[in-house]
Amino acid sequence: MEGPFFNSVQLDKERCKGCINCIKRCPTQAIRVRNGKAVITKEFCIDCGECIRICPHHAKLAVYDSLEVIKNYEYAVALPAPSLYGQFNNLDDVNIVLRALKEIGFDDVFEVSAAAEIVSATSREYVEAHPEKKPFISSACPSVVRLIRVRFPNLIEHLLPIAAPVDLAAKIARERAIEKTGLPSEKIGIIFISPCPAKVSAAKSPLGLDFTNIDAVVAIKDVYPVLLSHMKNAAQGYEELSFSGKIGVGWGGSGGEAGGLLTDSYLAADGIENVIRVLEDLEDQKFSSLDFIELNACSGGCVGGVLTVENPYVAKAKLKKLRKYLPVAKFHQGDTELHGEYWDTKIEYQPVFKLGSDVKESIALMARVEELCEKFPGLDCGSCGAPTCKALAEDIVRGVARESDCVHLLRQYIHKLSDEISMLDNKKE
Amino acid sequence: MTDTIKLKYIVSPDDFTRAGEASSDVKGKLKKMGIPPEIVRKVAIAMYEGEINMVIHANGGTIDVEITPSEITMVLADTGPGIKDIEQAMQEGFSTAPDNVRSLGFGAGMGLPNMKKYSDEMDIQTQIGVGTTVTMKVYIK
Repeated sequence: MEGPFFNSVQLDKERCKGCINCIKRCPTQAIRVRNGKAVITKEFCIDCGECIRICPHHAKLAVYDSLEVIKNYEYAVALPAPSLYGQFNNLDDVNIVLRALKEIGFDDVFEVSAAAEIVSATSREYVEAHPEKKPFISSACPSVVRLIRVRFPNLIEHLLPIAAPVDLAAKIARERAIEKTGLPSEKIGIIFISPCPAKVSAAKSPLGLDFTNIDAVVAIKDVYPVLLSHMKNAAQGYEELSFSGKIGVGWGGSGGEAGGLLTDSYLAADGIENVIRVLEDLEDQKFSSLDFIELNACSGGCVGGVLTVENPYVAKAKLKKLRKYLPVAKFHQGDTELHGEYWDTKIEYQPVFKLGSDVKESIALMARVEELCEKFPGLDCGSCGAPTCKALAEDIVRGVARESDCVHLLRQYIHKLSDEISMLDNKKE
Repeated sequence: MTDTIKLKYIVSPDDFTRAGEASSDVKGKLKKMGIPPEIVRKVAIAMYEGEINMVIHANGGTIDVEITPSEITMVLADTGPGIKDIEQAMQEGFSTAPDNVRSLGFGAGMGLPNMKKYSDEMDIQTQIGVGTTVTMKVYIK
């Protein structure tokens, strides 16, 4: 497992021009431009992928595995995210995608949406058994969980302590593969087909779980073009591989997870800025009568992930059409021994934004931040490499930037200096 | 080394879209100062309720916040109509908020009771026709 702050989102230094697009867009102000290149502070980064979306030079990238990774295993199982189904035009049967996955080299498939139906059932049980913890916050989006961990300590206890569908899918898929093939676990590859970098990080450094069964993560945008050429052939096949219904497939878009809880008392917010606004209000108890808060960092939900190809709202519309004739759920908890998994580790607050080592020092540093902010022009121009004047002030008290990084202050100093020099000159004459 | 920080906010009247800006700024700063989360929560809720009250009832006002390593003091001063009967205003569910405010989801009669509940000390000075000053303290244990 990687460290507690592993990031999938990284920088391609060669391509970075040092512009200010990403520093302005980052919702946790994790990026600075230093010496002409963007630098990501990994403790602040929640892997939402906003910088990948905005960078005009394509200098931000997500680290994930190539499809070649299949070859590393004797038996490879694909775990397609439900958002994958929203990428195709006129798809009327999920089985076609699943058969195409087998055609491109996977030995078997297990749908994340099937595990999602178990997670939905487990969530319904948990919500009913713990009314005192309402409102529950969805924990399926790793960026949201990471955001809460560093910025909303009071909301950690409201997180639904249940493993995300992909983690459960990986566990089931591994057990099934071992049973089916008799191979040792390490020869089996459980490969997630992901819509986003946050899921890559969640697989490398899981939160809430000690261990994940996901061996590799490939991007929907890499798999999609390869699948396309096999779709026609796969449509001729008969093998039934799909185990999920309306509830499971619905998880691919915003509102889908909440729909699976079979309650009307919910809100579903998507897009990281909207998510932050909801969390702020929730923390201030501006609304408390809801049972469930579904939060997705990407607009539209997982279909809006930065590793997908289709416009998220079009993909959502396609999922809606696809779900129309599906049964509500195919994977019933009662039918199997399977059950959702609860978290085995508690998520701890990580106060990464703290200024000083103790309250006393932090107060002094904050007072200095206020002083500096008075001095700065308040243009938030980004020329210093920080997203706002306030962020620069905080960087200065943290010792990672200087006042003269502000071009406006620097200009004032230079004017003053040149005035003084000319005064000296006049004296000589 | 300074161990006190003073912040001043102006709460603009009749602007519900901006109500909460001051408390949210204080909340962000307290988090960056490493104040324990449960203390931050108390301050944020108490101050937000006070801020909303100033918008609903008192044409806005000013909020002065003082933070030391041992306590957070919030002084909310307005030049509004004053509170006729403080005891009544402190009862949960009692509200004099007009209908247009209630239709926005405010005015549930929980403002002052919540301010009292989430602060460790609260003092109200009020004079009819002159204004109200509420002082709240939250201790950092």
